[in-house]
Amino acid sequence: MKGADVNIEGVSKFFGSFQALKNVSLSISKGEFFSLLGPSGCGKTTVLRLIGGFEDPDSGSIAIDGKSVAGLPPDKRRCNTVFQSYALFPHLSVFENVAFPLRIRKVPQQLVREKVMHYLSLVQLEMHAPKKPSQLSGGQRQRVAIARALINEPSILLLDEPLSALDAKLRQHMLMELDTIHDKVGITFIYVTHDQQEALSVSDRIAVMNMGEVLQIGTPRQIYENPATEFVARFIGETNVFNLKIISVDGTKIRGETEGLGSMFVDDETDAKPGEMVLATIRPEKIRISTEIPETNGGRINILHGFVAEPIYSGFQTKYVVQLDTGMLVTVYRQHANWSEGIPDIEWKDEVYLSFSAADMVIVETQGQ
Amino acid sequence: MRKQVGLLYTLPQILWLVVFFAAPLCIIVMYSFLKKGLYGGVELQFSLEAYTAMANPNIVLVTWRTLKISIIATVLTLLIALPCGYSIARSKNQAIRLFLVIVPFWTNFLVRIYAWIAIMGNEGFLNDILRALRLTTESVQFLYNQAAVILVLVYMYLPYAILPLFSTIDKFDFTLLDAARDLGATRFQSYVRVLLPNIKGGLVTAGLFTFVPIFGAYAVPLLIGGKDSYMLGNIIADQLTKTRNWPLASSISMTVTVLTTGLVFLIAMRKPREQKQVFDADPAFLQVAPDGKR
Repeated sequence: MKGADVNIEGVSKFFGSFQALKNVSLSISKGEFFSLLGPSGCGKTTVLRLIGGFEDPDSGSIAIDGKSVAGLPPDKRRCNTVFQSYALFPHLSVFENVAFPLRIRKVPQQLVREKVMHYLSLVQLEMHAPKKPSQLSGGQRQRVAIARALINEPSILLLDEPLSALDAKLRQHMLMELDTIHDKVGITFIYVTHDQQEALSVSDRIAVMNMGEVLQIGTPRQIYENPATEFVARFIGETNVFNLKIISVDGTKIRGETEGLGSMFVDDETDAKPGEMVLATIRPEKIRISTEIPETNGGRINILHGFVAEPIYSGFQTKYVVQLDTGMLVTVYRQHANWSEGIPDIEWKDEVYLSFSAADMVIVETQGQ
Repeated sequence: MRKQVGLLYTLPQILWLVVFFAAPLCIIVMYSFLKKGLYGGVELQFSLEAYTAMANPNIVLVTWRTLKISIIATVLTLLIALPCGYSIARSKNQAIRLFLVIVPFWTNFLVRIYAWIAIMGNEGFLNDILRALRLTTESVQFLYNQAAVILVLVYMYLPYAILPLFSTIDKFDFTLLDAARDLGATRFQSYVRVLLPNIKGGLVTAGLFTFVPIFGAYAVPLLIGGKDSYMLGNIIADQLTKTRNWPLASSISMTVTVLTTGLVFLIAMRKPREQKQVFDADPAFLQVAPDGKR
């Protein structure tokens, strides 16, 4: 496997009196597409700048391929960065931008040409070599930045919100291209983003951060289906959270009670004892919505009653915000996979029943919110 | 209608320029082509004498010296102003630092020159210290030489260089320096290869703002300089007040004006030099297979 692994242990970082990172530990393996995901100001870019050598940690250690990189300046590290603003040199042509690292190393002209054209062709920009960055579109600039960061053949590519300046459609396209490039060059990609969709669709693993702390590390599926904390559950996609008072615990079969809604079944592991309060979440797409009261057939199915406060049609699905009898709002997605079959339409102010399986509910920690 | 209103608004400015700039300039041009009056002034008779008189070896020597002093002082000013402008642009309290740069403007030019005399004079502050430290018994002659003139000129025109450099560097995207470091450049290389080419405009402006006034300097070489640091400005003043050769004073003034405005024009008109492009010579170069081989 190409690339390098990164080990971050107990790293803290202060900017003045503001603590940007609180005891962060991460281990990223060789060749992995690893994402740091969190809202702005959560410290994810600081982690990237620490790996790149632009900042030094106040405590803790960072090792690349098992060797500590403490005190090593950015030009001595085997990692290159794609900056959020691209940071292309405006006074140089596309060709010279990509050639910059080679010019610094005084590589012979012939070799410079070959390598630059090779990497420009990797990002499909050979024809734009003589242009200035100002003559390129956002997506093209982005790709120049990627080619320039790759030409030194780094073991790690650091990407700092590289797609945030692009429009939604181009972002999707560039994301797929990044994935393809990752497969081709096979080095470690560390990707910083605040967009959970981006992170979910390309990452091997994701670290979710908030307020300088890592809340959960896992595969996209683990993070989405089994969020560790309420923050992770709410940040990754949409979710519904219920306050649950535990009534009985039988292995993973939990029965709880929610004020005003009656008893609720949850299938999950918990340390909570009967009488304690926990948070349980259910994703909107896992809830069924119907105008008739659904059959439970004795299964562990939760049923809630309310009316449609807001239907939001968006083509492939409709999002319903349903107000329960207690006044609580629950979000439900209904996919339009079988629209032509004439399922009765559910409209504004319709009385509806919501049903979901206990197996789809997850108990989350309250910390990190 | 709108056009006329525009003219009305700019009229005071045009009048101002005509009365206080264009007209005096015309008078100087005219004087430079007239004959010298016996006791000063001019005789209304066309003559090129004032221009041929400039071939005087003394005037040629002083012109050469003025050029030399101006170039050295400008280069020194830029070398000091560049890190100043950079650190102001990067600092968090720009306003305070800029204020400190501008403060000397509020003090009279001559007062600031006399301050230097008070510091560097034979009975000045610096010599007092040297004597107190018993490093010397006799006064050291700091003033009245070219080095002193250059020092004071650099001091005088430093703010004129710092301000344009600051405003250019302030607009510079410092992430570019991070990017250069990231791509393997040392700190020094990142400044030379990325910062300098991107602030060329500010450097040129700062250079002109210092070179042009220094080239016409009068008070500094008069008060700080000695025989070896007479500059064109001093010769013009002498011709006007002592030798009373008004046409010669005018012709030297014209030469200085034409030289400096010519320089400004050259720099302003120069086409931005295109990036050296490997492709122009080798169009086949673009035909590269995706694997990088031709």
